[in-house]
Amino acid sequence: MFRFLLKRLLLTLPTFFALMFVTFIMIRLVPGDPIEVRRGERGISPERLAELRHEMGLDQPIWKQFFDYVWGILHGDFGTSIISKTPILHEFFTLFPATLELSICAMIFAVGLGVPAGVIAASRRGGIYDQGLMFTALAGYSMPIFWWGLILILVMSNTLGLTPVSGRVDLIKYYYEPVTGFMLIDSLLSGQKGAFWDAVHHLILPTIVLGTVPLAVIARMTRSSMLEVLEEDYVRTARAKGLSSSRVIGVHALRNALIPVVTVFGLQVGGLMAGAVLTETIFSWPGVGKWLVESISRRDYPALQGGILLISTIVILINLCIDLLYGLINPRIRHAK
Amino acid sequence: MPSDAALKTPTAPPGPFTAFWRAFRENRGAVIGLTIISIIFFVAIFANVLAPHDPLEQYRGFTRLPPIGMEGSDPRFLLGTDALGRDLLSRLMYGARVSLFIGLSVMVVSMAVGIALGLTSAFFGGIVDVIIIRIMDLIMAIPSLVLAILIVAIIGPNLTNTIIAVTIVGLPRYVRLVRASALTELTKDYVTAAKVSGVRKFRLMTVTVLPNCLAPLIVQAALGMSDAILEAAGLGFLGLGAQPPTPEWGAMLADSRDLMLQAPWVMAAPGLAILTTVLSINLMGDGLRDALDPRLRRS
Repeated sequence: MFRFLLKRLLLTLPTFFALMFVTFIMIRLVPGDPIEVRRGERGISPERLAELRHEMGLDQPIWKQFFDYVWGILHGDFGTSIISKTPILHEFFTLFPATLELSICAMIFAVGLGVPAGVIAASRRGGIYDQGLMFTALAGYSMPIFWWGLILILVMSNTLGLTPVSGRVDLIKYYYEPVTGFMLIDSLLSGQKGAFWDAVHHLILPTIVLGTVPLAVIARMTRSSMLEVLEEDYVRTARAKGLSSSRVIGVHALRNALIPVVTVFGLQVGGLMAGAVLTETIFSWPGVGKWLVESISRRDYPALQGGILLISTIVILINLCIDLLYGLINPRIRHAK
Repeated sequence: MPSDAALKTPTAPPGPFTAFWRAFRENRGAVIGLTIISIIFFVAIFANVLAPHDPLEQYRGFTRLPPIGMEGSDPRFLLGTDALGRDLLSRLMYGARVSLFIGLSVMVVSMAVGIALGLTSAFFGGIVDVIIIRIMDLIMAIPSLVLAILIVAIIGPNLTNTIIAVTIVGLPRYVRLVRASALTELTKDYVTAAKVSGVRKFRLMTVTVLPNCLAPLIVQAALGMSDAILEAAGLGFLGLGAQPPTPEWGAMLADSRDLMLQAPWVMAAPGLAILTTVLSINLMGDGLRDALDPRLRRS
């Protein structure tokens, strides 16, 4: 197990290094004067230009610049935002809990509905439930989620008045200092009546929108994985023993069918971050996805550079954790070459 | 006792295309998907003949007309008009052209580059293989839309760059697929036989091995096309894809956000168009997979 862990860790290092290289190159490829791009200043005098060039290390040879960049990152320096003039690492981690909270809720939603849907479809294979559920899942998989979000806002918020349109909590009614950054926890900690339910209300639509594609993928995956497992001998044995159908499916089959679903879960993490960009933009959700899009329109390239590096790093780390988890529950992977 | 004449004369085994079509036809959803996507293709190709209006023409005084059948509609504008008085139906038809063009371009380029890199990786192995696979891993480590945003932010938002960005994002799947199937094929006897008989490397790659890797690749191409259309629409929605006034479905959606309440149809229509297109390609892709790749057949 230790060797497996070490090997897996070492494999991510080149990827991480290449990631730093790409983000380093990226800011040099942006059209326009490098000083202007990085400082957001225009019409700079030649003296100030030379001064800034020196200050930012642009007069150094390129390999030295890259070395400094990597050195900075290893010491937690991801650059400074042009607009807010605050360190990007700080800005990122004030916003990240919002994205994380939304992603966790979306994943709970996706697994909570997707696994049962897949099980029902598989146990009534070929029937009307199976066909209906699988068509719905394919439609969910094909959904342009930015449109789905707008439709939900139109129907649920504007027509029926059930949920709020945007944001994480009603800031006029409730105000409290963020403690954890997770609105659900903070609202409970604040002790204000109704704050928690308000936060829940704000979460519903974004959760559905972000969870739709993973839900569809998990439902499809659970179904095909279940169908495979139901053919196995131990399922037939369990049936022959006279166990009830629900016990065979729920206990004997499902537990084994869920192994590939864990992998799919891991693959969805990257997709979740991509979906968060669109979902947060639609619902004005103050997370890193919306911040990233805004950085582009503000031409805040250092923020974009740092943000992409941080998001990708988090995705790599989460995938690493899921791989390790997978190795734990499935010994065949661990011992494979 | 039946006479000889009554016995069915044995027919020749069906050709590969007939066999494929028979398997494909079994899947009702796939046939429906194929039909719908064919219609969308037809509309896209003949948009200049079929569209009742110029998609860019602004009819002042006819802004925000509702679709036919609703109060205040105008029979000249079947699906109504947008905030600038442009005919929605015509814009949707031309939008099909843009979206399918993006989807097809991404698919063709990804196939070509994916096959080239995948085969190179499988055949040369060693350091070449490691470099190609590492680069693909890197691309996959960055969330798709985030990477596409990064690329577009560098090279600028327009239609061509959308295609470039979406192609790069989807490329690893093609490369890995080709590489994996080529590696499997390489261990088979017919390849050894070809090697022994002195077939040169390039011919071995393209003529001997490649045709046997095509089935999963065709399935991937169909699914890749629908992903490309979705991703391009997402970029368009964020204002990073095709630029106005190009009638691109994602950009049309973004435009319609402000008048979502007054004229919901302007928002509903392009999204429905994206969903229908992507869904029919995916339905067709499922059928393709069942027909071409018996191992993956969903019983």
